[in-house]
Amino acid sequence: MKPTRLLWTPAIAFWWRDVIRFLRQRNRIIGALATPLVFWLLVGSGFGPSFRNPGAIASATAAGSYLAYFFPGTLVLIMLFTAIFSTISVIEDRREGFLQGALVAPLSPAAIPLGKFLGGTTLAVLQAALFCVLAPLAGLPIGWHQAALLLPALIVVGFAMTGMGFLVAWPMDSTQGFHAIMNIFLMPLWMMSGALFPMPVGTGWLYWAGALNPVSYGVTAIRSAFAATTGAGLPSGYLTGIVVTALFASVMFAISVSLVAKRSRRN
Amino acid sequence: MIHAIVVSELVKAFGERRALDGISLEVRRGELFCLLGPNGGGKSTLFRILATLSLPDSGTAEIAGHDVVASAAEVRARLGVVFQSPSLDGKLTILENLRCGGALYGLTGAELESRIAEATKALNLTDRLHDMVETLSGGLQRRAEIAKCLLIRPEVLLLDEPSTGLDPGARLDLWAALENLRSQHGVTALCTTHLMEEAARADRVGIVSAGKLVALGTPQELTSAIGGDVISLGVSKETGADQLAKLIMSKTGIPATVVEGEVRIEHVEAYSLAARLAGEFPKEITSLRISRPTLEDVFIARTGRLFADEDLEPDMSAPAKKKKH
Repeated sequence: MKPTRLLWTPAIAFWWRDVIRFLRQRNRIIGALATPLVFWLLVGSGFGPSFRNPGAIASATAAGSYLAYFFPGTLVLIMLFTAIFSTISVIEDRREGFLQGALVAPLSPAAIPLGKFLGGTTLAVLQAALFCVLAPLAGLPIGWHQAALLLPALIVVGFAMTGMGFLVAWPMDSTQGFHAIMNIFLMPLWMMSGALFPMPVGTGWLYWAGALNPVSYGVTAIRSAFAATTGAGLPSGYLTGIVVTALFASVMFAISVSLVAKRSRRN
Repeated sequence: MIHAIVVSELVKAFGERRALDGISLEVRRGELFCLLGPNGGGKSTLFRILATLSLPDSGTAEIAGHDVVASAAEVRARLGVVFQSPSLDGKLTILENLRCGGALYGLTGAELESRIAEATKALNLTDRLHDMVETLSGGLQRRAEIAKCLLIRPEVLLLDEPSTGLDPGARLDLWAALENLRSQHGVTALCTTHLMEEAARADRVGIVSAGKLVALGTPQELTSAIGGDVISLGVSKETGADQLAKLIMSKTGIPATVVEGEVRIEHVEAYSLAARLAGEFPKEITSLRISRPTLEDVFIARTGRLFADEDLEPDMSAPAKKKKH
């Protein structure tokens, strides 16, 4: 008999399945990409000229425009949406779908989260990378140097976003519940991350909302990757952003594994 | 070890309701066993415990010699589970589903491919491997699910209401496939159902009602224990079924029971008895029906109730599938 409690083979199967499913559902690709794109163009173009804090924007991006400022935040939003779409499926999949079979297979409790995290991250990074093609339109440089820094940032952010989605989805019995949590929890986290507007420095609740918000560090890592210049070393904030986001993602993963271990024998 | 499944004194309650109330049964190796019962009568709860998805409050269950609670991983490695709702991915082909399904059990490479070939041959799916699952008929999907379970060469196959949503032709195909697996591959199968005609095809049937096992045996044993044919009498309103049953018992000495407003009698010489009763109670009897005993009669004889939905377990199925009839 095969050794029990399998991890990698099933996880890779989940990963592969998520990617294939996604590629076969064009509307999902469009949905996860078009919504933030429209958001970026409309909010960025309309909101930008009336923005009252040009100094903060100018210091945050070389290009100095609000469209450029908002670009990394839009990338994070794309990843959030992609992660949500890929994790929301576990709610129904577990009751009537492929996951049912996984729950009676001799799997390590980490197998399902690992596969879902890898799948969600892959899709989020792919979508974000597609959107990065538009960076020059926003006046952001995107060469090999930026790309090399951007990729690790996108990967850790993708992992963290998928983690949040999985943690919300796994205990749920209905997709309606997921939408509620998304609106009152996930979206505010994104808004308070410096994605939409610069967070104040120093004191006040808004400062703390940003400083304690794990999403802020992902936004910072991505934003500073765009600010990278050749030969100047790592841009400020990049490493902290990556490390904090990676830590946060690891915590999400650990909690997910313990939830799956508990859930599999719940009733 | 002659038993593939041993269930002993299993109890599981949901709040006040005891979905399983001390059930014990044994399924022999290579047997096609049907767990027959009304929806909500406890069989889905038993299925979930055997499938290692749910924990019993007390009692034990063993599959292939391993305890489903203490050695869940060992049980899982030997168990194929076919769920009532589909567990294939509609956006993948049969082949892709089988590859993913095999990977869940650590199967890869040439070993996986040869098992896929073997399982799809056993279920006659070889020429449909590249079809997208969502385009297949219900019967084909169910066969593909069973093929997925066979990849691990399970010692025991559990099937939850496998013919739900299948047309009569697909049901026959499914049963032919199960019988073939039993005879060719020696698979033990336990299948839950609320369909009498399905249970009648099994080697042995366990009838579950109100969380208890009310009958156990081959379909022939169970129906022949009824003792002849079954007479059902419709009764006029003036008399009432209880009154007529009393009258019959006092006049003939033959036991008569009342089930849902009808008088019910089991008798070896049902035809001559029916003629006699019709002569003696022409006003009281409004309709008369004689039938060969079925598993439904066994259910009625053992529980005193008609075979209808019970309300002991939470509905595990998806909202859209609440009504199974």
